[in-house]
Amino acid sequence: MKYLTEYRDADKVRALLDEIEKTVTRPWVLMEICGGQTHSIIRHGFDRLLPPEIELVHGPGCPVCVTPLELIDKALLIASRPEVIFTSFGDMLRVPGSDRDLFQVKSAGGDIRIVYSPLDCLKIARENPDKEVVFFGVGFETTAPANAMAVQQAKIQGIDNFSMLVSHVRVPPAIEVLLSSPENRVQAFLAAGHVCTVMGTWEYDPLAERFNVPIVVTGFEPVDLARGILRAVRQLEQGRAEVENAYERLVVREGNKPAQKVIDAVFETCDRKWRGVGMIPDSGWQLREEYAAYDAEKKFEVGALEVSESPLCQAGLVLQGRLKPNECPAFGKECTPRTPLGAPMVSSEGACAAYYQFGRLSD
Amino acid sequence: MCLGIPGKIEEIYETDGLPMAKVNFGGIVKETCLAYVPEAEIGSYVLVHVGFALNVIDEQEALETLDLLREIDALGEELGQAPAPAE
Repeated sequence: MKYLTEYRDADKVRALLDEIEKTVTRPWVLMEICGGQTHSIIRHGFDRLLPPEIELVHGPGCPVCVTPLELIDKALLIASRPEVIFTSFGDMLRVPGSDRDLFQVKSAGGDIRIVYSPLDCLKIARENPDKEVVFFGVGFETTAPANAMAVQQAKIQGIDNFSMLVSHVRVPPAIEVLLSSPENRVQAFLAAGHVCTVMGTWEYDPLAERFNVPIVVTGFEPVDLARGILRAVRQLEQGRAEVENAYERLVVREGNKPAQKVIDAVFETCDRKWRGVGMIPDSGWQLREEYAAYDAEKKFEVGALEVSESPLCQAGLVLQGRLKPNECPAFGKECTPRTPLGAPMVSSEGACAAYYQFGRLSD
Repeated sequence: MCLGIPGKIEEIYETDGLPMAKVNFGGIVKETCLAYVPEAEIGSYVLVHVGFALNVIDEQEALETLDLLREIDALGEELGQAPAPAE
């Protein structure tokens, strides 16, 4: 118990910041992938505490933000059906679809329930045999082991009135797309700690090598972030480009093998459209053919949808780190957490919400 | 969504063939699946995400993280409590 506040310890963070300042000799652009890290960075003021040479840009690691609009609209249609109990993690409910959100479907009488764990949906399905229970299966690699297990268990237990609307995404193909863009400015990445708790770090080695870019795995707490930034800056200054694990207490190179096994049994990789970013090859997971009976998109034929994105919303540029939230003309005006035009203003992991909540109203 | 919360295992049992546990998160007890942490035992601290333990962690780390989550008000959200609707 002697270091109860070790990871938030101001002196420790200060010492790491001093070390970063001593190390840096020229401008560098770093991107943190994970929206949870973005919130922590802005909450703790890293954007203001770091030496001016270091620019942090925020990445697309907000599952709610990148879920394609077509899929949100499909969720709205399925959730409106009288025979459906629609289940979801809480932060999907306020994400704007083309003309409404799930909260509005709920107010109009839709049976929409927030669940803590996808396994809760199986219980709801067993208790409501005359209803169809649909779960909105979104998320990055961190959430995939839970969602995969729910589908696998539905099959094992013969729960046929359960299905999942799947929009799973994977981090490494997104990094590849960002680095391949001619407009890319990012020179080093902070990789998301809990994604790597599940998947390990080995997937990042080919990226570091091919694009000559340091990738440092780190956590969410101030000392973790400061340590991750220092390690990335050291690599940049020394001309190295390696995958480094600065979150050893929760991440091992091979990841969580039992979790990877269940993910692989239930999901296969697929091309996936990211809201605001576009199609990223091989960046998604979808249900394997053996689990097609649990695929809500197949169970409920909702057909081709006409979608419409707000013409004012610049979420796509924000998610690619090409625009800071407060550089968007609608930020804090037409678009606020109470009147969001895009998902990054809604989600607890969205960069726009972080800037709004912590008072980064202009530069 | 990717935060994860540390909690202490109080009880281990099996439901529908899955290893499950009662896990205490600073006073709030939730059912948690242990399928991905075969090494966990009663008294272990685990990092839990959407009802699944992903890793066994040490006690000191667990208490610090719980403290931080409480401070930044993220505990309720990670435990699946509903956000407020827009007005």
